[in-house]
Amino acid sequence: MEFKDYYATLGVERTATQEEVKRAYRKLARKYHPDVSKEPDAETRFKEVAEAHEALIDAERRAAYDDIAQRHASGQAFEPPPGWDSGFEYSGRGPGNGPGRKARGHAGPAGDDADFSAFFESLFGRGGREDRHRRSSGGGPEQGRDHHAKVAIGLLDAYEGAQRMITLHMPVVDAAGRTTLQERQLELHIPKGVREGQHLRLTGQGAAGHGGAPAGDLYLEVQFLPHPVFRVDGGDLSFDLPVAPWEAALGATVKAPTPGGSVALNVPAGSPQGRRLRLKGKGLPGKVPGDLYAVLTIALPPMTSDSDRQAYGAFAHAFASYDPRSALEA
Amino acid sequence: MADPHPDNAETLVVEEHVSFGLLALCHASGARLEQVQALVAEGLLRPTGSSRADWRFPGQALPQTRRALRLARDLGLDLAAVALVMDLLAEIESLRSRLQSLDAGRSETRHSPLALEDPLAARFRGR
Repeated sequence: MEFKDYYATLGVERTATQEEVKRAYRKLARKYHPDVSKEPDAETRFKEVAEAHEALIDAERRAAYDDIAQRHASGQAFEPPPGWDSGFEYSGRGPGNGPGRKARGHAGPAGDDADFSAFFESLFGRGGREDRHRRSSGGGPEQGRDHHAKVAIGLLDAYEGAQRMITLHMPVVDAAGRTTLQERQLELHIPKGVREGQHLRLTGQGAAGHGGAPAGDLYLEVQFLPHPVFRVDGGDLSFDLPVAPWEAALGATVKAPTPGGSVALNVPAGSPQGRRLRLKGKGLPGKVPGDLYAVLTIALPPMTSDSDRQAYGAFAHAFASYDPRSALEA
Repeated sequence: MADPHPDNAETLVVEEHVSFGLLALCHASGARLEQVQALVAEGLLRPTGSSRADWRFPGQALPQTRRALRLARDLGLDLAAVALVMDLLAEIESLRSRLQSLDAGRSETRHSPLALEDPLAARFRGR
């Protein structure tokens, strides 16, 4: 197990006050919170920041952590000595109850609020997180909880619709109240035309109900796996279409890929680099089908022989008066 | 874990085919009743129906509610502040996409198309 330097994660000194810890957390949360941030690795970064904050903002946890940290330099393998925490008496205040965490307890046991690292749990247990797994208090029938998770699918599966086996890692609370991660295989029907960021509801695939009540539902947030050719923006797709200089200048009919197979595409004469050619309705299908955009990139033919060199020379000669940089001159 | 009803699971796109009553939205999002009411009062959620008992929320309300609760929890905000933050985020998002389409439009017009006069084009084709 890797020792985690929570102070480094938040970028504060070991001597930082609770106020400074809070300030550092707020700043990083603004930068990396996945609901606010455009940073590519926001989710991973925010998880680390949230964990460090959770460990340091609580005075009891921080004292316990500091004690361990004194004996371990960051990056060393870390095994908590058995019973090391017996000297600390936790007041049982869960991470959910600290300042500014009023709304905690809402999240389903699965999904975007993935649990903290094994390191965190070896120090502080899962105790504080238990309030998310609210047990039913009465004995009456109660519908099972709804679960939330993310699923990454291929673009072409969304374009055509598909059946796919997926594997989910679901926390399951047993009779003794312990949480374990269980793997679960599920046959997923991917509806044709589903967009990135939309949610699928699988009725009855959440947690089991109690006392004869129905099971909860499973909600899956759709993400797309990166596609080697097509980029996605809502229902619209785009891709780079390389053309030779003479095709761009004189116009040409070229073969172009679409998710539904290749088509013949008219490149108008005099097309500049970066021109976007729209194929209406050839994006993701749906009530309002998306469009497909071919973005022209002008490709230079390689020079491999003397005659290639002569061809470029003749080109230069024919355009002797052309200055591509005329716009740069003041 | 064995899947009890592998073939019976009905799959719907929440944003297109699902709507929620108040209790169903609470159940699906994990929000408490008063939290959903607060989000309605702040104008973030806009159910149809005149009384609370007939409120119908569009499918989009589920991800919105979950996002609001995450922001409240992780940034230490109350729900009024969350509603403001989400308004501003939506505005930033729409400005960004307008900027992007302006940039894309300009890339077509900024570079003037190659000034090819017909005789010149003919000369190219003649080779």
